[in-house]
Amino acid sequence: MKDETGTRDYDWWLLAILAAICTLGVIEIYSATHGSALAGMHMKQVRWLLIGFVLMFVLSRLDYHVIMDQAPWLYIAGLAALMAVLLVGHRRFGAQRWIPILGEFFQVSELVKLIIIIVLARFFSEVRTDELSLQDLIKAGLLVGLPLALILKQPDLGTALVLMPMLVVGAFLAGLQWKHAAAIVLIGVLMLPVGWHFMKPYQKERVTSFLHPEEDAKGSGYQVLQSKIAVGSGGFWGKGFGNGSQNQLGYIPVRYSDFIMSAWAEEQGFKGVLLALGLYMALLLRLVQNAQRAKDRAGMFLVMGVTAALGFHVLVNVAMVIGAMPVTGIPLPLMSYGGSATLFVFLAIGLVMNVRLRRFVN
Amino acid sequence: VSYWFRNDNRLPQERLAAASYVIVGMITLLLLGFWKLQVIDSDKYGVMAERNRVRSIPIIAPRGRMLDRDGRVLVDNYPSFSVLLLRDDLPAVEKNLPAIADGLGLSLDDLNEQLSNTKNLPKFQPIVIKPEASQADVAFIESHRADIPLLEMLMVHRRRYLPSGFLAHASGYVGEVSEQQIEASNGKLRPGDFAGKTGLERQYNDLLVGTDGMRRVIVNSVGKEVGRLSQQEATPGKQIQLTIDYDLQQVAEEALAGRKGAIVALDPRSGEVLAFVSRPAPDPNDFAVRVSKVEWQRLNEDSDRPLLNRVTQAQLAPGSVFKIVIATAMLQEKVPAESFTAFCPGYATFYGRMFKCHVFGKGGHGVVDLHRAIIHSCDVFFYNAGQRMGIDRISKYAKMLGLGSKTGIDLPSEEPGLVPSEEWVQRVYHRKWYPGETISVSIGQGAVTVTPLQLAYMIGGVASGGDFKQPHLLKDAQNVGDSHVELAENTVEKVTQGMYGVVNEGGTGGAVKLQGIEFCGKSGTAQVIGYDARTRFGKGEKKFKDNAWFVGYAPRRNPEIVVSVLVEEGGHGAVASGPIARDIIKAYYDKKTKKGQNQYNVEYQHYDFDKDNANQVAEDPKATQKPEEQAAVVAANGTKKARPE
Repeated sequence: MKDETGTRDYDWWLLAILAAICTLGVIEIYSATHGSALAGMHMKQVRWLLIGFVLMFVLSRLDYHVIMDQAPWLYIAGLAALMAVLLVGHRRFGAQRWIPILGEFFQVSELVKLIIIIVLARFFSEVRTDELSLQDLIKAGLLVGLPLALILKQPDLGTALVLMPMLVVGAFLAGLQWKHAAAIVLIGVLMLPVGWHFMKPYQKERVTSFLHPEEDAKGSGYQVLQSKIAVGSGGFWGKGFGNGSQNQLGYIPVRYSDFIMSAWAEEQGFKGVLLALGLYMALLLRLVQNAQRAKDRAGMFLVMGVTAALGFHVLVNVAMVIGAMPVTGIPLPLMSYGGSATLFVFLAIGLVMNVRLRRFVN
Repeated sequence: VSYWFRNDNRLPQERLAAASYVIVGMITLLLLGFWKLQVIDSDKYGVMAERNRVRSIPIIAPRGRMLDRDGRVLVDNYPSFSVLLLRDDLPAVEKNLPAIADGLGLSLDDLNEQLSNTKNLPKFQPIVIKPEASQADVAFIESHRADIPLLEMLMVHRRRYLPSGFLAHASGYVGEVSEQQIEASNGKLRPGDFAGKTGLERQYNDLLVGTDGMRRVIVNSVGKEVGRLSQQEATPGKQIQLTIDYDLQQVAEEALAGRKGAIVALDPRSGEVLAFVSRPAPDPNDFAVRVSKVEWQRLNEDSDRPLLNRVTQAQLAPGSVFKIVIATAMLQEKVPAESFTAFCPGYATFYGRMFKCHVFGKGGHGVVDLHRAIIHSCDVFFYNAGQRMGIDRISKYAKMLGLGSKTGIDLPSEEPGLVPSEEWVQRVYHRKWYPGETISVSIGQGAVTVTPLQLAYMIGGVASGGDFKQPHLLKDAQNVGDSHVELAENTVEKVTQGMYGVVNEGGTGGAVKLQGIEFCGKSGTAQVIGYDARTRFGKGEKKFKDNAWFVGYAPRRNPEIVVSVLVEEGGHGAVASGPIARDIIKAYYDKKTKKGQNQYNVEYQHYDFDKDNANQVAEDPKATQKPEEQAAVVAANGTKKARPE
């Protein structure tokens, strides 16, 4: 198989959107931290972005068929890494998610998300029927279920949840039958009490405070309330760069990371939100377009896996910021500060580029 | 490379298109969420953000100080810190209360009680949980700013009075406003505010209180102040100058030390009060912070009644001082005629009952006219005179001369005393007046009661020829009441000659003569209970000792100073009270002479306010108000007067 790709084949629109979103993120990280002990964080983020950019290009050069070929091994390696984290990983912020590489702490589960995208794409592209059989559906479920259980054990509910839309979107595109979908929803609803039983106390607290925010004025209900105050007080035009009192005085929790959208909304107002969410919509639609033009089912599944993960991140994070969903600790892709999360997004986009670069090749 | 992916280009385009719609729908929903918060409910959240960010901290205005007539400080302030509890977040308050109680050394029960007492007040109003914060309290609050963001410190000004009850009954004291007062004040008063409760503090509260300022500061999420938005300075309360003469007050306080009674010195020409003492007195400094329930109960139940302002509130029989009223009435009404004389064998019998003269058992006064009767305070003469003029005339003149009604001094809760009359017994006891009662009233016994202030007012008015000036303590008082009683020149002359004789012609006050000063006066020895009862209970008991009165003044006509002295259970008026009146009048003239010779220095070493405040300020670097600045002004005044030109 020949591999003749040129720079003109990269998705420059996608890269432009990506760059725009990253710029908003760096601006807001600067605004949120410049006056505090965390000053200089925006430069660290720029460094992560540059590393991510390089990794993206590296990954796009390697034919995705080659990568997908190694899916079983990647899967096993992913599971092993998750086990290792549970055994020797670093406990930070109350969860065991981190392993140190080159002096930085990485979240293994971010890498696992990437692996699951590849594994699911491989699995679904081998399904030859037009309709997804129950047997295959269960297999796919088990494939996701194993790492999901390990991630929940860390515990990292947010990342674990991200695996679900990958499975749902993959199954949907692979020809999920409506009766199966209905059955899954039904079982899911019935399983809710069981899931509740297995939740950690702080997770339960987040859910209850989401349902009854007034009963928890200083806990996570307080965080969401402060976030809503920030967003709401920003108004249509925003308070201006560096002028958000909720942001600058530290009322917004982790304002440079999970709640960066809250800080952005306060300082830039609804017009700024329109810009940011508009960019995210353009990004996601551009990804879908790339999927539609993929050379084969394997490429399509790969791109849609990425789309599902990023879309879910945006939805859950932004909904949390406006109090429409409970606090889950899912960062906003490319805007929130964070090394592992940023690298994940760029590697994922690398896969998308990979698929795009090969669409004209026979 | 295996060929698992070969030739499979069946792309589910319909489902991919559906995914696009889901994305558009999702973003649209999120935007609607933002629209609701940022456009529809924006104002509400704007207010909440502002409330987060801005904390309003009151700047307490210092109360106006009180100065004496020479500018010496009588009542001052000193800076201190109060610990405030922010109550917006009730669950957090309840959770942290034990830690707060522990850290500040307060009783948890008291705190809980205070919280439940104030639960009707608006939640945003902090309450004062500890009025006088120590260094350790400050350290506790500062070090727990992050984990207990409920405590705030407020600089306040506390009242400082001269020690051991000096001038206590005139100055009164301040106290924390009650919850009811706060609710009734329409937001003007806050918990922990102080208001005058008694005395001048209450009378001139509106003058003395300033307007509190407000500091609006920006606080970050852990309650730390990071910036200042605006500062509206407090307007200090007005300083008031009193008519009190510190030098005379000092003499008066010392004269009555350890005894029960009252002294008031007036300048009858103006109505100015020069000295004002009521003993026993509480130390108002004890109320300046927060009076404990136990202490308060003790003061209220004390049988010596330290909270009673005896100058204006003790209503007692005037005894022989009342004879001045009878003498005035007799001379004015000519009933009996001025030439009237009586024979005193030591007693007299009226309506079948024997009335003793005070010399009973030691002979009698013999034949006495009005002049001798006043000098020797002959009861028999006044029994006869009183009987002849009748209770209506006595009552009329007593009231005319200011008894039986408030003098109108600028102090709250003045008592009017009582001048009995036929109408009064009819109204109160629904019976007729017994003629025998007139006999008792003629010598200031029976139902007639007066306050020490009224006696000074009365004697001063008569000696001034019928000019009565309303007593007052505020130096530049406006609209001082002024009443004139038409008294014949002869009346004034004869009565004042009598009072001159009391001291200077071997009368009852012969022992208190002053060289070179026309010191006049009238003594009074008032029975607390009747002679009969006294014999029953046994004589020597102090409980039934007479109240000793002496009202002295100088000079004889148009006096400059009149001093009314009451020593409760002091025995003989001229003996117990006379010397006190004499000392004060002597002090007055000594000062006047020195001033005349430019030798008088305004001295003031009783209490060093400036030094004390300097220490306070040094301890608290945050203290912004500088009480010593004001003190410096007074000091400057003092020096100006002190330096002979």
